Amino acid sequence: MSKKMYNKEQVVAGLVIFVALVSFPFWYNFGKAAPAPTLELTKEAKAAKVCVRPTEYMKAEHMQLLDVWRDTVVREGKRIYVNEAGKAFNMSLSNTCLDCHSNKAEFCDRCHNYASVDPYCYDCHIDNPKETK
Amino acid sequence: MESSRRKFLKVAGISAVGMSVGTRPVLDALAATGGEHGEIKSPEMVKAENALSAVHWGMVIDTRKLQTAADLEPLIEACHSIHNVPHHELKRQEIKWIWETEFQHAFPGTGTQYLNEAAQHRPFLVLCNHCQNPPCVRACPTKATFQREDGLVLMDFHRCIGCRFCMAACPFGARSFNFRDPRPFIPEINKKFPTRSKGVVEKCNFCAERLAEGKMPACVEASKGAIAFGDLDNPESEVRKLLKENYAIRRKETLGTEPSVYYIV
Repeated sequence: MSKKMYNKEQVVAGLVIFVALVSFPFWYNFGKAAPAPTLELTKEAKAAKVCVRPTEYMKAEHMQLLDVWRDTVVREGKRIYVNEAGKAFNMSLSNTCLDCHSNKAEFCDRCHNYASVDPYCYDCHIDNPKETK
Repeated sequence: MESSRRKFLKVAGISAVGMSVGTRPVLDALAATGGEHGEIKSPEMVKAENALSAVHWGMVIDTRKLQTAADLEPLIEACHSIHNVPHHELKRQEIKWIWETEFQHAFPGTGTQYLNEAAQHRPFLVLCNHCQNPPCVRACPTKATFQREDGLVLMDFHRCIGCRFCMAACPFGARSFNFRDPRPFIPEINKKFPTRSKGVVEKCNFCAERLAEGKMPACVEASKGAIAFGDLDNPESEVRKLLKENYAIRRKETLGTEPSVYYIV
């Protein structure tokens, strides 16, 4: 059962240093979690009350929804989205989503920065159709 | 602890049985949540009621009504401004959806040695031909460029990897590559239409976004009747009537790409 371990001191010291280094981000940041971002809705968004789909769905799945939208618009030429309530929307990121949520910095970016995602939608799609710059 | 093959196999066998029985409820639970997911009523996606449709979209350009460069200018401007086409000073970085060229470049092999004056000096309006047999679509390795059911040859910029095979394949030079970020070079951004990004190819889209809301292409609207647009498949359409009454030619007919843009000369 017991076998001799060679260079025991060095090996154990090395292991301790290794574990300490690997776990550094965890114990260094322990208890310092950034608060979840608070989003600001524009007047239009507040007045509309509901988005294209229920808020919970939009929070979790807006990227999948946009992905389906882009394929359907580009490939099939279908541009109108009729939701469960029977309301019709133009399937357009710039002209529908960002027309209502025209505060990208306080709405989109806060969550995206918090989650450390960098969607490249805005490389092409104009982020605020109403803004005059 | 003494270990033997016999003992190991016994333990392994029992654990396999145990796992298949024990994990059953867990798997069922997972499957159930998946099912719940699918039960969300899926909303519908449809075309707008006023969208224009055709079996095969085509264009007839009456070059007799577009005699000078000044006649073509507003048409090109109309297209390039609504589609956020950048203006680069360097010719080799130029982006063009619709532009003018001379007869011998538009129709090589069509003219005779002594071409009449009118044809020789008249500028010709050229754009993507939305070929029925598009070589660019065959060349594209990612299916970023594709042919829609109504004959439009379109680009899905999300999928373009910028390999430029389509540019090599297109015999009409209708495609341009964004060597730089186009945004700083767009004179006035149309906020309703997206721009492109560096590293993608772009070209005329026969105003697919306008047809979807019941409008004619921008160049047709700006041409004051010099360009007709309609369904080439319908013998009663305006384009077919024009082709019946006038002698029209297409670009590089012999290549067999079957362009959808006709020129009355």
